[in-house]
Order: sequence, then C-alpha cells, then structure tokens
Amino acid sequence: MTEPLIKARDLHRHYPIKRGWLQPDQILQALGGASFDLHAGRTLAVVGESGCGKSTLARLITLIEQPTGGRFSLAGQDVSQITTAAAKRQLRQLVQIVFQDPYGSLNPRQQIGTILGEPLLINTNMTTQQRRQEVLAMMGRVGLRPEHYHRYPHMFSGGQRQRIAIARALILKPKIVVLDEPVSALDVSIQAQVLNLLSELQQELDLAYLFISHDLSVVRHIADDVLVMYLGKPVEQGPCEQVFAQPRHPYTQALLSATPQTDPSRRMERIKLVGELPSPLDPPPGCTFHPRCQSAALACQQQVPAIRSYGDVQVACFNAQN
Amino acid sequence: MSLLEIRNLVVEFATAHGVFRAVDGVNLELAKGDIVAVVGESGSGKSVAMLALMGLLPWTANISADVMRFDGQDMLAMSNAQRRQIIGKDISMIFQEPMTSLNPCFTVGYQITEVLRQHLGGRRRSHQARAIELLQQVGIPAPESRLRAYPHQLSGGMCQRVMIAMMIACQPKLLIADEPTTALDVTIQAQILDLLVDLQRQHGMALVLITHDMAVVAETADKVLVQYAGQQVEQKPVAELFSQPGHPYTHALLNALPERSSSRLLEAIPGVVPGQLDRPTGCLFNPRCQSAQALCRTAEPPRQDGVLCHFPRVGDDTASTQAVIEEGASV
Repeated sequence: MTEPLIKARDLHRHYPIKRGWLQPDQILQALGGASFDLHAGRTLAVVGESGCGKSTLARLITLIEQPTGGRFSLAGQDVSQITTAAAKRQLRQLVQIVFQDPYGSLNPRQQIGTILGEPLLINTNMTTQQRRQEVLAMMGRVGLRPEHYHRYPHMFSGGQRQRIAIARALILKPKIVVLDEPVSALDVSIQAQVLNLLSELQQELDLAYLFISHDLSVVRHIADDVLVMYLGKPVEQGPCEQVFAQPRHPYTQALLSATPQTDPSRRMERIKLVGELPSPLDPPPGCTFHPRCQSAALACQQQVPAIRSYGDVQVACFNAQN
Repeated sequence: MSLLEIRNLVVEFATAHGVFRAVDGVNLELAKGDIVAVVGESGSGKSVAMLALMGLLPWTANISADVMRFDGQDMLAMSNAQRRQIIGKDISMIFQEPMTSLNPCFTVGYQITEVLRQHLGGRRRSHQARAIELLQQVGIPAPESRLRAYPHQLSGGMCQRVMIAMMIACQPKLLIADEPTTALDVTIQAQILDLLVDLQRQHGMALVLITHDMAVVAETADKVLVQYAGQQVEQKPVAELFSQPGHPYTHALLNALPERSSSRLLEAIPGVVPGQLDRPTGCLFNPRCQSAQALCRTAEPPRQDGVLCHFPRVGDDTASTQAVIEEGASV
C-alpha cells in the first residue's frame, strides 16, 4: 500500500473562551480525537450536524490552524515538525479548499482572470503571459469559456461560481482538496453538474478529496470512506457502502433515517432525535450522544465508549451490534 | 368549495430592460387540509407566485390573474387594508432563513404576541399564556424563559420553530412554507417537517411547500406542481409524478438526484434557467431538453393532461421515450 496523503492520528483542537477578569478561561473542545488516512484518488466524507467539528477539521487539514493535540502528516511530512515559513508555504500548496458559499468566497471587485491568477502570482515566479496561459487552461478544464476571463463574479450563476472556486483551488496543482459543503447552496440539477465535474477531475488528476457535507445522499454517491462525527468526536467510520448498508452507531442510524428519500422502498422507519446538539462548552458526561440516544444504558452516562472495530468499520458505542 | 383558487396568475416586473415575466400562467387549487409542493430550480418563480398571493411584492410588480380567490374572497379586488386583515391571520408564510426573518431587536415573546395583538385583540395576559402554549406546541423546551430570549440566543432550528409558532398563532387556514428546511441540518429538517405535517393534520390547515428538494416532496406532499422559468410545466399527484414524470424537465430533475443514479457520473441538466435577456423561442426548456425537436424551438408547447410539452413522456421506460422521439421525428 502506498503512503497515504493525509495521515491523521488523534487530532485535537480546543479553543479557550475568555469569561472575564479573574475568571479562568473555559475550554471549548471543537475536535476531540479524529484519526483517519486519506489516499490519492479517494474521497473521504465527513458528515454530522452543524457544530460537530467538521469545519474545524477542515481548518486543521488546510494548515489554517494548528492542532492542539495529536499528529498529522501531509504527503509523508509530519506537520508539527515543520517550523520554517518557507517549508510551510511549500506544504500549503498541496492542500486547497473550496468553500460552501460561492457568493461569499469570490472577491466581487476582481475579474475571474485575476482571482484565478492570484495563487500563481503569490506562489510561483511565472511571467504574466505564463500565468494567463495557465489560467485559461484551467478555465477550460472546469468548463468555463475563455471570454469569461475578464468578467466579474456577479455575472455568473451559482454553479459557475462554484466552478471558478474549484478552478482557483486546483490552479496550484494540489494533491488534496478540501471541499467544505461544495454543493449545498446549489439546485439539484446544478449540483449534479458540479459533482460530475469533481469526479472527472479526481480521475484525471488523481486528487484526494476531503468532502464535508451534511447531505447523505450526495455523500453516498461520491465518497469511498465516511467519517461520522458528533460533538467533535468521530462516532463511526469506515467504507461508505458498509456504513450506509449497516449503520452500527445509533447516531448514524438516526442521521440516515432522517434523510428524506424519493424511493419509498428505501425509506426507513424514522428514528426521532429529540432536542439538539448539546453545547460543546458543557458536553454531557460519558458518551456525548447519550441524552439523545434511544438505546442509552447506564454505562453510557458514565464512561466514554472506546472505538471498536467491526471488520473495516470502527464504531464508538457500547451497544453497537455486530 | 376550494379554499384557494388561482387561475392563470401572471406576475410581471418593470425593469430597465423592459418587462420581465417572472410568473407565467400558474394555476393552483387547494382544498382544506391539502399539502401541495411547488418545485423547481432557483429562478423558476416559485416564491414570486406565492408572494403575489400575499401581496408582498414591491410596487414594480404587475399582478394579474383570471381568478385569485381565497376562502370565497377575491384577493385581486381587495384593498391593502382588507388584505392585511387576512395575511398573517388566515394565510401565513414561513420564509427560508429563520435567522434573518426574525427581528433581532425584539424578544421572541414580543414578536409572537405582536401577531396576537394585531389580529385578535384581547388582553396582554392572555397573549402571554397563548404564546407559551404555542411555543410548547412547536416543541421548544422551557417556553416561559424562551419568551424573553432574543433571536440571536437561539439556534437555527429553534428560530424556525419560533417562526412556525408565530405563523400558526391565529390558526391560519393556509400556511405557505418557502423552503422551510433548506438552511437546517437533516435531523432538524426531519423534526420541522414532522411538526408541519402534524400541525396541518391537527388544524386541518392547507399547506403549500415551496422547495427544490425532491426527497422532501416525496415524503410530505400529496400533490406536486413543477415550475420552470415561471411556467407551470406539470401538475400531478406525488406518487404518479415520481413513477411517471410527464415533462422532460421533471424527468431530468429526478434523474439528477444522486440516489437515483447507478453510475459514477450523474445525469446533469446542462445549462441554467434562462433569465430575462436569454429567453429562447418556443418551449422555454428546449435548449436544455434532451428530447427537443425542431417544433420545440419554434412553437410554444400546448398543455396536454396538465403537462406543458409538445411531446410529453408516456410511462417511464426507455421504450416509450424512443416512441416519443420517433413520433416527434415524423412530425
């Protein structure tokens, strides 16, 4: 097996919350122990409700923030060992991100050519002519026409803007692309266009995708592996088909049953989750899911369940069925 | 008698580039207790049609219809003051973004009791009691203390519940929900949809659900209205729509869903909904339609069995599609 592009072990990130003079800071545990491998040409989907730490994970992987615990390596290099700014800059070129909102992530005052050329201007020493060539080639690849070069973002539709965002992420030839809910702001028809584009690019360029989403039907379609998170902790992870066919953690089961289905035969008995995600500032003791879990026992309220393996699937639950 | 009857609704906006027809010939008939879904991509005029009914469009809009009747009253001939008596009381509407549709400067309790004050009158104490009861009904824990909360202190799902509480305060006969769950997580979405359907059953309220999520439609609605570029292209009971979509657009929308696809690549619909300046001639869907013929590019399609198409699909197997194409070729 080749070396994975991302190798994350027990990643943690917490934020101190200031409460006031003479009061100790409160600790917000945004991510508490995520471990996974991501290989070239594969897609890992991270799913969970808002506030479960998906975006924190994205910020760690893209080197925007430092983890407060655990280790991860990008393309074989341990990130915590890298201290010089130049080496970090090199590493950053490997990971790029596409954001959720194509309306907010493009500068309205810049032309498309400028937006796409900027990463090249900063990170390479190409001439203006070379940059232009590169930008035009990338625009063609994501399905934009050359005459779009001098246009501004407001002249494009949502789907086209997302294509621009994808082009901007790919222009430095990264190996890993973090997709933070790339299609959730789009209509189904346009969503299909963008998902197709992403699959084609992945095949062509052998990209690794970290796909963050809360739409399980999209995840099921695009992902190879899936990581389900709840309140900063992974609760179930494994190959997509296995997790979807036989969800073992009660939270995964609830998520799947809550996803509406068009096909009546695939519809499941809806497991009603009562209430909402508890505050990460004051997580419940024991298994963090127990206040909303239907099969919670006494042990769930007192001890934190360890991660156990069932074949390729790992589940953190006392009552997981084999 | 039907609760709501709209026939041939047309909404036009006067813009700098001339008149833009955002809604073109929409028909809708609702009885008490019906759940109707309106689906289509952004820019299909779904929201505009409903806002026209509510009288919430800006003055640049020109609304006309053959019939627009709610509960025996003609909504077109009505003065604004009369309409204000009805909207918020008998017809109410929930908007897409719960966080932005509540006023951040007032407490949730104030905003709920405002509806009661406006439409029902009565005493302040009874309003408070009713507001608590409403919050309980929509499943907000500890409603007494929540009345004093401001919208920013609540999560998105909670805000949407408050919106729903406010909208059902006067027990409306018709509730219009404009993408009520698009901004929410799946688990919260399921809770909100269940809540809406429960309320609809309890009060015998009619519900119009505007959405672009086909799966939500399949799980909640009885009847579906598909809109494209302002035109109503198909209207069918929900089961029939999913098993035998008549219009190529409906068919394409369903095929674009990831869960219906068996291959790695999805069947996307190429292009986008035409805007004001790039309207095609003939059928508005023809540039994106896979089975478009020469006729589709020149002549506007007729309405056949509720489907606005020259060559509506028959059945759902590929054989019949082939037949349609051959038939089209002979025309």
